[in-house]
Amino acid sequence: MKLQLEKRLRLPRFAWFTVPLYSLAFAFGVMFFVLAFFYLGQEQAAGTAFSRSGFALVSLLSTPFSSWFGFFGSLTHMVPLALVALGLSVAYRVKAWNIGGEGQMYLGAMAATWGALFLFPGVSRPWVMLPLLCAMGLAGGAFWALLPALMKAFLRTDEIVVTLMLNYVALFWADFLVNGPWKNPAGFGFPGTASFGVSARFPTVFGAQLHTGFFLPLLVAVLLLLLQQKSAWGFRSRIVGDNPLAARYAGISVRRTGAMALLASGALSGLAGAVQMMGVQHSFQQGFSSGYGYTAIIVAWLARLNPLGILLVSFLFGGMQMGNSSLQMFHGVPSALTPTLQALLLFSLLGGESLSRFRIRWKKPGEVADHG
Amino acid sequence: MARKPLLEMENISRVFPGIRANDGICLQLFSGEVLALLGENGAGKTTLMNILFGMYQPSSGSIRLRGKSPGRLSPTKALQMGIGMVQQHFSLVPSFSVAENITLGWKTRSNREMLRGVERKIQQLGAHFGLPVDPRAKVWTLSVGEKQRVEILKLLFTGAQILVLDEPTAVLTPGESQQLLAAIRKMVRQGSGVIFISHKLEEVLSISDRIVVLRHGKVVGTVDRSEADETTLVKMMMGHEPEPLALLPSPPRGLPRLEVKGLQVKNDRGHLAIRNLSLEVQRGEILGLAGVSGNGQRELAQALYGLRRVVSGSISLDGISLESGNVHQRILHRFSYIPADRKGVASCPNLSVRENLSLKKRLPPVRNGKQNPLIRTFSIQVASEKMPVRLLSGGNLQKVIVARELSAKPTFILADNPTWGLDIQTTGLVSRILREEAKRGTAILLISSDLEELFRLSDRIAVLFEGSIMGYAPPDRTYREKIGRMMAGIQGESGEDA
Amino acid sequence: MGETGVFLVSVLGAAIQSGTPLLFAVLGTILVERSGVMNLGLEGLMLVGALAGFAAASVTSNLLLAILFAMMAGALLGLLHALFCVVLRINQVVSGLAITLLGSGITGLWGTRFAGTTAARFVPVKLPLLGDIPVLGQIFFGHDVLVYVALGLVPLLWFFLYRTRFGMNLRAVGEEPRAADSRGIDVYRVRFLYTIGGSAITALGGAYLSLAANSLWMDNLTAGRGWIAIALALFAGWDPVKALLGATLFGGISALGFHLQAFGVPVSPYLLKMLPYLLTIGVLALTSSERSRRKLGTPSSLGIPYSREERM
Repeated sequence: MKLQLEKRLRLPRFAWFTVPLYSLAFAFGVMFFVLAFFYLGQEQAAGTAFSRSGFALVSLLSTPFSSWFGFFGSLTHMVPLALVALGLSVAYRVKAWNIGGEGQMYLGAMAATWGALFLFPGVSRPWVMLPLLCAMGLAGGAFWALLPALMKAFLRTDEIVVTLMLNYVALFWADFLVNGPWKNPAGFGFPGTASFGVSARFPTVFGAQLHTGFFLPLLVAVLLLLLQQKSAWGFRSRIVGDNPLAARYAGISVRRTGAMALLASGALSGLAGAVQMMGVQHSFQQGFSSGYGYTAIIVAWLARLNPLGILLVSFLFGGMQMGNSSLQMFHGVPSALTPTLQALLLFSLLGGESLSRFRIRWKKPGEVADHG
Repeated sequence: MARKPLLEMENISRVFPGIRANDGICLQLFSGEVLALLGENGAGKTTLMNILFGMYQPSSGSIRLRGKSPGRLSPTKALQMGIGMVQQHFSLVPSFSVAENITLGWKTRSNREMLRGVERKIQQLGAHFGLPVDPRAKVWTLSVGEKQRVEILKLLFTGAQILVLDEPTAVLTPGESQQLLAAIRKMVRQGSGVIFISHKLEEVLSISDRIVVLRHGKVVGTVDRSEADETTLVKMMMGHEPEPLALLPSPPRGLPRLEVKGLQVKNDRGHLAIRNLSLEVQRGEILGLAGVSGNGQRELAQALYGLRRVVSGSISLDGISLESGNVHQRILHRFSYIPADRKGVASCPNLSVRENLSLKKRLPPVRNGKQNPLIRTFSIQVASEKMPVRLLSGGNLQKVIVARELSAKPTFILADNPTWGLDIQTTGLVSRILREEAKRGTAILLISSDLEELFRLSDRIAVLFEGSIMGYAPPDRTYREKIGRMMAGIQGESGEDA
Repeated sequence: MGETGVFLVSVLGAAIQSGTPLLFAVLGTILVERSGVMNLGLEGLMLVGALAGFAAASVTSNLLLAILFAMMAGALLGLLHALFCVVLRINQVVSGLAITLLGSGITGLWGTRFAGTTAARFVPVKLPLLGDIPVLGQIFFGHDVLVYVALGLVPLLWFFLYRTRFGMNLRAVGEEPRAADSRGIDVYRVRFLYTIGGSAITALGGAYLSLAANSLWMDNLTAGRGWIAIALALFAGWDPVKALLGATLFGGISALGFHLQAFGVPVSPYLLKMLPYLLTIGVLALTSSERSRRKLGTPSSLGIPYSREERM
């Protein structure tokens, strides 16, 4: 007796709606129990554990909508996530699996820091400095994607591991800089650079709750949408992503398209890093990125590589991140809540979608599939 | 003869929607003999062997092995019953040795001793049958011929009594082919029976004891080797059709549009698939290229279009030399290609009809609410032009591809089996379009394994065999036999016939 | 023995110890990836193994139970990965990363109650006779039991892979699944089972960290070792013996740095940390050609991007 998964020929009518709903319910259900278990581990009574768990989850999810503070905080967290995810979507569309978002983000941040503190410290006009630093961020990220792009194009090397490795090289390079040549002499010995000048900071709005860099992901998303649908490059990418053989047949160089996609994706991740520098941190420190580069992969995947979807999902995920930090402060919930929930969401949604395409059947012994 | 046949296929028929691939085929295989299965493309040989091997079930008819019915066959069961097939694609693990590949999947415990025993046996069998192969060699180091030997040895190890070899010499050098044929002779002397599928008459005549000729799914005849010669066999394969149709008017002779000189192209395995090929296609001419598939057609088409590198030789269009491997240049010079593999190569399954119609253009199609006029012109049946192309029927997909290729006012069209698998209406449409293009002055190279199509459309027919042009013939059915001989590798008079 | 001698011996000894968690992780991954399933979830697997082992040790003080518990935790996560990659055929990269995220999340969440606490530990055990051998004794035979287990796994796995029927089937499935399938080997089952089993072994690497290498439980115990292990598997060409060399090398790099500094040799610690990753990129560049792939027996579904439409 074997369990057989058969592909369904047609999905039931409202599947596009009910399936994600069930998946979400499942994910939150599991998270509820996981969190309750956490509270139980803290010597709480069962009843308290469950209610605290429920409460925590609800406040986590409602963060972006419960107060202006929560809303703007979510938007702030959304920015780097969205930018990296948008960049990743460019690469994933042509099946160039860039896992190096984190490292490319670091390089962009480093490039922007270099520009702000060492190359152009004298530039005092923000509307010169800010675009300049953004450009440096783009260049830094693209630079970090150059090696994998070249290796993919000429050596046909798998970019997954190369980009992954470079993440760590970037991390350690940053460590080196921050503890060595870039260390802030007036910083009381803490590893980190000096602060950016005023011209290198994004001005804030809404009473200093949101930095103006937040419009960048919106801009990039719209740009990507337009380019994908209307431009020659977008058309080429779609063809390559759908059928590389047909792309060759149409005279498109698949290798060049893939390499370009990697570079573009690196550039956008680099921009994310630069924006974080200019908008939030205002100096380069260790660990400024709470794993955005990896979370962005999940965001891109959940949003099915659609730019608008990415904006939405990164907003929600940013909200979770924001919510987690306030929960951490006021309710003692560790920051590990967010990645757990995100992973559960990914598994449930992906799994739910896959399962809905199959039907489970028992195969009787001896029953041979009918060929032809 | 009173002896019992190893294999009896009685009245085997197999129907697919629209065609009878096999129609009442009766076939017997005796132990100790080589039975050749001869026939054109589409004659039904592959379907028949797939039935024997358990991949398909016959729609009617029965199979008997040594007089007994084996029940419902599946590939695993067929192997158990002693039927083995050597196919064109090998399934060997590259980093394993020959011996390890042969013992893969065995249920016994693997240990040094057993492996040594297997190695010895491999050497014995190899020496005995003339299939020498180093049992310790890693498969990735072996040549194609050696790999094929391993596949054969695999079958011998399972004790296969009935071996089916499907065009085995297609991948071999002439020297290896000779070795293989000698090995086959030795194998049957041991009592096995071999079914040898080929279209190369020379080989067939040199190795077989009896020959079965198929045409249009039916057995045309079964002859003893002693009674057969090239002429009779070709007659049986091609059939008699003495009524000549009116010849097409000769095309306006002009300057050659496409000139190919001394072309050499390698196939995926690294052997030469196209050897020193030269041809010319004139303005306004449809040059048909006949030949059994597997003689280099795919490689030729890919090299002409730039999807495959050229080893040596030249291709020029209207005097301009076409760079090896440069597809973009071809597109710029309006060289159109309708490939045989529509789904895999010429279309993007998830993109819309509209987008596929503009696949070779730089910019994506503009959304201006107006339907692409090509859809009307070519009567492409779609609910909406935004439909993803993977939902289209084969015929409609071909229409999309043809529409795209022709809308660019090409100077040259390379069409590879353009009407294969299409219904009558669409076939007529495509044929008509090609003729009209020729009238406009476009040069067309029409590759086809369907002689009827070539007769209908071409102004001249060239025959491709083992990578070279065997000769030419006019599109006249009275030349059927001559063409058949050339397709089967028998030297004809080369050069143009009037 | 001289200063260099002492130096070398202590570095090598430290390298072996430091490389043990890596070794467990890589050996487990070798099993998984040899079947053709890409495993990026090592970090998560190690973390849950560390937590599960520590929790069990903390509650029961029974080290054997702790080990078993750790392996079970790894197997569970591996089951999830197997379900997604083998049964549902979801993108293996995304699944692996999600496993890492899930593993580190759950560990971070449930591990807080153990923060700063200790539990039963493995202590170094000097083997009676062997440990007294002058040089080798210090390098190899003065460690705790888990190190010996890891070292013992190497020849075991090597024998399994290259000298048994099961190992052969595994290699065939990873390298040329079509060939294995045509010989009646159930490719799905092989991939499924080895993913689970390999994940259990990887989790042991994490358990080593929490039960032997460190004395307290703290957050992010693995500190990126999981990612190094991914690189290591590639670097070692999925071969157990090369994995041992690689794990010792990679593990030793940090030990080396430490020792070098103690001996006054100026070496940037950051460069040292980067070294494993840079080395892996170099190895990748050299072994990417088709020829070396075939020669090394690279599992076919790895090293080739997942855009390839595979039958499985």
